[in-house]
Order: sequence, then C-alpha cells, then structure tokens
Amino acid sequence: MNALNNFFFIALPYMALVIFLVGSIYRFTYKGFQFSSLSSQFLEGRKLFYGSVPFHWGVIFLFLGHLIAFLFPREVLAWNSQPVRLMILEITAFIFGISMLVGLVNLLVRRYTTPRLKFVTNKMDLVIYLLLIFQTVMGLWIAYNFRWGSSWFSTLLTPYLNSIFTLQPDITVVSLLPLTVKLHIIGAFVIIGLIPFSRLIHFLVPPIDYIWRPYQQVRWYWGRRKVRSPRTPWSVQRPKNN
Amino acid sequence: MDVRSQISMVFHLDKCIGCHTCSIACKNIWTDRKGAEYMWWNNVETKPGTGYPTKWEDQNIYRGGWQKTNGKVTLKGAGKRRGLTNIFYNPNLPVIDDYYEPFTYKYLDLIESPEGDDQPTARPVSLITGKPIDIKMGPNWDDDLSGTPDYGRNDPNLKNLSAAEQEVMFQLERMAFFYLPRICNHCLNPACVGACPSGAIYKRGEDGVVLINQEVCRAWRMCVTACPYKKSYYNWHTGKSEKCILCFPRLEAGLAPACMHSCVGRIRYLGVLLYDADKIEAAVHDDEKNLIDRHLDIILDPFDEKVIRAAKMNGVADSTIHAAQFSPVYKYVKEWKLALPLHAEFRTLPMLFYVPPLLPVMATVKQVDNSDQAEKMNPIAKYWDDNWLYDTSTKELWGTLDQVRFPLKYLASLLSAGNEDMIKDKWKKLMAVRIHRRRVTVGDVSNEKADETLREAGITAEMADGIFYLTALAKFEDRFVIPPAHREQAIEMLDFTGDTKGEVGFGIKSKIRRGL
Ligand code: SF4
Ligand code: SF4
Repeated sequence: MNALNNFFFIALPYMALVIFLVGSIYRFTYKGFQFSSLSSQFLEGRKLFYGSVPFHWGVIFLFLGHLIAFLFPREVLAWNSQPVRLMILEITAFIFGISMLVGLVNLLVRRYTTPRLKFVTNKMDLVIYLLLIFQTVMGLWIAYNFRWGSSWFSTLLTPYLNSIFTLQPDITVVSLLPLTVKLHIIGAFVIIGLIPFSRLIHFLVPPIDYIWRPYQQVRWYWGRRKVRSPRTPWSVQRPKNN
Repeated sequence: MDVRSQISMVFHLDKCIGCHTCSIACKNIWTDRKGAEYMWWNNVETKPGTGYPTKWEDQNIYRGGWQKTNGKVTLKGAGKRRGLTNIFYNPNLPVIDDYYEPFTYKYLDLIESPEGDDQPTARPVSLITGKPIDIKMGPNWDDDLSGTPDYGRNDPNLKNLSAAEQEVMFQLERMAFFYLPRICNHCLNPACVGACPSGAIYKRGEDGVVLINQEVCRAWRMCVTACPYKKSYYNWHTGKSEKCILCFPRLEAGLAPACMHSCVGRIRYLGVLLYDADKIEAAVHDDEKNLIDRHLDIILDPFDEKVIRAAKMNGVADSTIHAAQFSPVYKYVKEWKLALPLHAEFRTLPMLFYVPPLLPVMATVKQVDNSDQAEKMNPIAKYWDDNWLYDTSTKELWGTLDQVRFPLKYLASLLSAGNEDMIKDKWKKLMAVRIHRRRVTVGDVSNEKADETLREAGITAEMADGIFYLTALAKFEDRFVIPPAHREQAIEMLDFTGDTKGEVGFGIKSKIRRGL
C-alpha cells in the first residue's frame, strides 16, 4: 500500500510535472506548427456549440477555482466562514461541473457520430475525452458525497500540493483520503502529463495580448528608416517575422 | 505624412473571358494540398450570381468586415469583445458546405472494373471522407448561370434593386453577365488582421502583402469570419488559416503572381502605389458615401517632390519610387480614375481595383422587322426567328447609357458603394476612349462628336490614347511593374517551396502530421 501511495502521490506528480514542462517547451520550440488545437468547427458547425461552450466555461471556472484554493487557502477559508457564501460557492461550482460534463458528453458524441470528423480525430482525442469525463464525474461525485470541498481542499490538499512544489513531498494526509478523492488526484496528474501530447496544449496560448494589442499590425523586415540612413551600419538587426 | 508602398492590382473586367486559367495557376502552385482542396485563393465568379462561398457578399449571413455604429468603426462579427467571448465557438464561421465539399472521381474504376454488361463509371468521392457523395456544389458551380433562379437571382447585390428592375434585368433578351475574378485585396485596413486573436496575421510594411504566419496561427478562425471577401480560408487538415500570399516568393524574384502571369484575357495589372498611412484612420471612419473618395485620397502622387522626399525619409527604396511612377495601377486608379474598389462599404480599404465592365451594357436590343431576311432564308436552315437585334452602332451605344441592358444600380452596389454617378463617370470615359479610337482608326466619327464625348467624359485625347494602349496593347512589362525586391534585403527569403509540395502549409520544411 505504501509503495502504491508513494508511486501515485510522489512519483506520478513529479513525472507528470516534468513531462508537462519539458514536453510543452519542446513542442513550442520544435513543433511550433502544432501548438494549437485542431478545430473541427469548419467541418461540423452546429453540434459543436452544445459541447464546446458548456465544456470550456465549466472547465475554466473549475480550473481557476482549484487554482485559487491552492494559491489562497486562507482567503478561501475566510470566504467560506459564512455558510451562505460557502453554499453559493459550492453550488456554483457544482453547476459548472455539470456544464462541463454535459459539454464533454456532447463533444464525445458529436465526434463519433459525425462521419466527417473521423478524419480529423486521433486516438489521443478519445483518451483525453474519456479521461476528462472520468475526472469530471469523480469531481462531481466528490462534491456531492464529501461536501464542502472548497474548505477541505484548502486545509488538506493545499499543504500536500505545497509539499510537492517545495520538493518535500508529504503524503500522510492524502494517503488517508477516500478512494474517489485519490482517483481524482491521480487523474489530474495524468492529464497534466498528457498535455504536451494532446490538443490540451492550446490552453497554454490563450490570446490574452489581443486585449491590448492594436487592431492593425504592420511589420517591416528591416528597420526601414535605419536601412536608408548612412549613419547606421547595414548589419541592422532583422525583426523577426516568422 | 507617413509614406509607405503597396503592391496593388487592377483587374479590367471588360477583358475577363471567364476562362479560370488564373484559378488553376494558383491552385497548382499553392492549394493542391490536403485540407486546401476546397480553397480557391483566386476564384472567378459569374455576376449576377451567388459567388463563392455562396452569397459571400451578404454580411447579414457572414458578418464580415467593419461596421460604423455611433461614429465608431468595429468588426462586425469578430473583434476584441466579440472575438474573445466567442472563442470557444464562433457563431459566424462559414462551414465547408458554404463553399463545397471537395471531391474527386474514382477514375481507377474505369480501368479496373471487371468485364460486364454495363459501362463502368467513375463515381464521385469526397476528398474528406473518401466515401461516395452526391455533388451538390463545386468550384464555379454557378459559372454562366446568371439567368437561373438559384444563382443569378440570389445575388445579394440585387437587394438594392426593385422587383421591376430585376424583372427587366432577367428578361431573356436582355440578359447580360460578366465575370468577377477575385483574390485577396491586401487591404489597407484588413479585417482579417484586426480579428486575429493570436496576432498571426500581419501586413508587410515593405509591399503591403497581408500574410498569415502559419506557426503562430492557433486556429481561432476569426479571420475567416472577419474578412468580408471570404478570402481567408481555414485548412481543416492542418488547423491553420491560409490566404492568398500575392505570390510573394515570385514577386521577390521579380515575377508576376501566377494568376496574373497566366491571365489569358490579360486583364490584370500590378504595380506600386505610394500611400499615406496617416490618412487611413480618418478615411475608415468617414461616411459611406465618402469612402471611395477618401480611399483614393490616401494614394499619393509619386511624382510629387514632397511625396518623394517623405518616401525616402521613410526608407522606401529609390527603385520602388521609380516603379511607382510607372505603375499601371496608379494610372488606372488615380490618373484616369477608371478603377474602383470592390464593395468599399466593407471599410477594409481593398487595394485591388476593378475597371467596371462596359460590354454588358453596350449593346442594346431593338425590335426590328426582319421578315424579308427570313423569307430569303432556306426554310430548312436554322435561323433565329425572333426579331430582336443587337444594336452595336456607335450612335446607339452612346445614346443609351441611361437605358442600358444592365442596371447601373447593380454595378453601383458592387463597385461604388451604391453611387451610380461614379459608375456612369467610368462608363463615359470607357465609351469616350472607344469613340476617340474609332475616329483615329476607322475615321467614321466626326471630330466634333469625338471631341465632345471626350470633353464630357473629362479626359483628353492623350489620356484616351494612354487608356487604349494600356487596355488593348500593353505588353508584359507595361502590365506588371514590379520593383526589385533587393534580394540583399529581401523580405522573407523562402526555402524552395517545391520541397514541401503537397505537405501541410508551404515553406515549412518538417513533415507535419496533424490530428491533435
Ligand atoms: S481581402 Fe480579406 S483576407 Fe485579404 S487583406 Fe482584406 S480582409 Fe484580409
Ligand atoms: S485568367 Fe484572366 S481572363 Fe481568364 S478568368 Fe482569370 S482573370 Fe479572367
């Protein structure tokens, strides 16, 4: 049992994190062309709405929720000190969880019932769908059966995750958790480890800078004024176009 | 004054014969790849007609281009707020059926079918699924179908015409149509660039070519929505958007783009325009009726000392300024004011200009009494037994500009944002050139009449000769004045594209498998 716990809660997280880091950087540097998700809306443009939209908003909310509980446990606990606020948080999270699950199921069904999509789907897509569905179901199950996860996450799991990130893994608490919670944790790390090999990679390049970028972009290959000026040398730095 | 140079185009619609050679030249070089089969960076459509993708001009469907609301110009179907909130699902994205499902035929069946009682057939199969399909649409599906209810009558430009006007237009005896070849306009205010959340699309400062960086494109597909001309295409296999690159590898080598080089009708002209980038913003924000004037106002006179000085200051090469002075595009657009941008109301300031076609309006039909002729004919011989005749005499041509076969309104909706006078003005000029040349070559037009028409059209005899020369006689070097790219400072030195022929994207050396 101990060996298993050690493997799943110490070895697996480190493996996943290293694979995620190295793999993502490698893919960004050497496989830049593939650093995106292969959109299939062009081949099927209606059913996608009922999958993609609920899934994405759900997953974003829940991802940020987990992240905040990890980064600011004290604030979350303070927020939860009033039952009404705790209820609001938990119910919202649960709704987003359901939205995510509905979205995922719709996506899965869409992908395997639309003939055209077979040709833009690979095996990894199926793995990811199944893993994410598993993960969401586990999450909902936990939220329903072990109430007030936002509170006990902050007290139980945040220290564990901290111990991982500070390289002093301490698994005494996690090894005592119920099986479903354990599976949820394991699922999370497996997904993290698969990011560089799947379409999930696109979450690393959200187009945030679009918000402040000017609409129009004009690029010069050479500093245009510099090229003409006799005072500057011809070895001017080339701006990078591609 | 911020002087920049732009490689710009003029298409002379009177000369297009609708042969699609341009499309084929382009397809063979750039889009003969998986995922790109349905793309026609250059396409030629029959007008009136629905075009490609179907009804692309109807922005109530596709929501492309910029719109002005309360003095602010925003993207209609994309942009920062709309684009980012719809990033998980783009409600305004055309799907492949709006273009057509690419297909091929099972040619091998013709050869390999076992012997039998029936002739073997080559069934059409989808190039996406490989399964047999019923072809509902294909490239140039509406070719020459201007009279049909499905195509001609569904042209979005007809919404400006009254029912009666449409009826007249579609009378069989008056039916006229023309061809509209389209490529990316390499706009001054490109909607595709504005809509790209990843910033993958950019306009090259040196020559104004608008390009999509394939490595940075993350398949958000907002450019496809935003381009009102639907000239940015999504490659479903690579998950990247692609568009006309104005054959920049050829341009940099001093060659004309493939579509232009191969154009049978020699309708295409390419040359440099100098423009003032500082004026773009104000022009884009002006009222619809002023758009074209403001657009043309951005283009600068390459002979003006001040302009030349400012251009040099800005790093425009002397050879480029020189090319701008000999630019056929400058002549058509600014000097003769003969060419107009397509759908200026989309506010992208397209830099491809069209000389409106005169031919569909020239000949009028008259009812004549041809009974003696019919009598003389051998009764067995086939002859056209109705009594409509095309009148192509110069007198009639000139007199009928207001009663033309082809409604002015239709062309105005296409080329002048609804301003009919603008089209009339071009027609008068085109007409005057013909009458002037008839005086010179045939001599059956009186000097008074020819001079009067020239005066009315507001051009001189020299101008008319110039227009005639460039329209009818121009040689390759006159039609394409390409500035040297200065290989030593060439803009994007490209690997030999043949190396990656048929792979995903071009210019990408590594073999790439997608499906992630
Ligand atoms: S025509 Fe469309 S794709 Fe081309 S530059 Fe203009 S907006 Fe972009
Ligand atoms: S090659 Fe020239 S003449 Fe032929 S369709 Fe294209 S533009 Fe028209």
